[in-house]
Amino acid sequence: MEHSVQEITFHHEPGGDEVVKKIIKTTVILSVITIIELGLGLLMYAFPMAEVLKLFLKGVIVILSLAKAFYIVGVFMHLGDEVKNLIMTIVLPLLLFIWFIAAFLYEGNSWKTLRNTYNGAPAVTAPAEQHAEGKH
Amino acid sequence: MATAHAQMETKWWSGGKSPFNVEYGKLMMWYFLMSDAFTFGAFLISYGTIRFSQNYWPDPNQVFNAFPLAGHANLPLAFVSLMTFILIVSSVTMVLAVHAGHKNDKQGVIKWMIWTVIGGLAFLGCQAWEWTHLITGDHLTLINGEVKELGTTVTMNPWGPAANVAGHDGHHVSTPGPVAFGGYFFGITGFHGFHVLSGVVINIVMLVMAINGTFERKGHYWMIEKAGLYWHFVDLVWVFVFLCFYLI
Repeated sequence: MEHSVQEITFHHEPGGDEVVKKIIKTTVILSVITIIELGLGLLMYAFPMAEVLKLFLKGVIVILSLAKAFYIVGVFMHLGDEVKNLIMTIVLPLLLFIWFIAAFLYEGNSWKTLRNTYNGAPAVTAPAEQHAEGKH
Repeated sequence: MATAHAQMETKWWSGGKSPFNVEYGKLMMWYFLMSDAFTFGAFLISYGTIRFSQNYWPDPNQVFNAFPLAGHANLPLAFVSLMTFILIVSSVTMVLAVHAGHKNDKQGVIKWMIWTVIGGLAFLGCQAWEWTHLITGDHLTLINGEVKELGTTVTMNPWGPAANVAGHDGHHVSTPGPVAFGGYFFGITGFHGFHVLSGVVINIVMLVMAINGTFERKGHYWMIEKAGLYWHFVDLVWVFVFLCFYLI
């Protein structure tokens, strides 16, 4: 690590109380989002509702989680304060996740359809046995 | 934004300085975390694929409804909320340790690192309790016409669709659910828990180095910053584990 001291690095952390204020503000935001998420989760549990509405609430929870991730990475990990090129080398590869998620969830759904089509009746009663053959 | 604009005008690639304005170790920590994000992502997406391929999946509100010392009280998601808040708070104390490091405030670093280590240990303790409860728990399950008491393991999932059988003491009886549930749950929360464990070890090493004055002699607390990045990543992953296993 000694050699790294010789590197010219600019001090880009604002010092003082404004940082602490920002940390406290972010903590409050993260806590509030978590409470909202829990509220929505319990709402789905407490009141029987249509599948479409459930799916919508789950979508909202996913978006709220992404917001939490944004605050953790941007503020706590200070990625927002880094040089733009550095941010891009971290964030751009993560865009692969969009395709990764879409393709695999589509695959899973297709798997379910095929199973229900070719294995006779829907597998509600015995999903365990059916799963064993196709695990991983 | 003003600082970002000023940085844009600097000739970062003209040599003689780090073009990303960070030291080597921190940059490599970022790239390690990115690759680790793909590892966790692959696990979670694999879980999602299997879940999408099933006609039935257990409702987390039913599976995770226990709280230490609360007996059989139905408290859906209460314990995992506590775990989530413990991790968020320990992340905050870590930021404060990093902040104290920027000011070369040795006592501040020591104080906040101790709190961070305590938070990490508390989280691990909670997870140990939760695993124990799930594995040794006795959930009434209908197998081959017989009602048995089963725990959740990587080979058994008692959280299937409800069975049309009356359980004793009015307890809910289920048929077995998709066996992949336990494997994914213990696999992914275990992998995350192992990250927390290694994070706690790293934080303890940082704490000892801070107490011994290693960073003071070096003149900077950059190591705390790198350990902090790792610790925040652990919290970040938990956001998604919490999302995928407990909320949706």
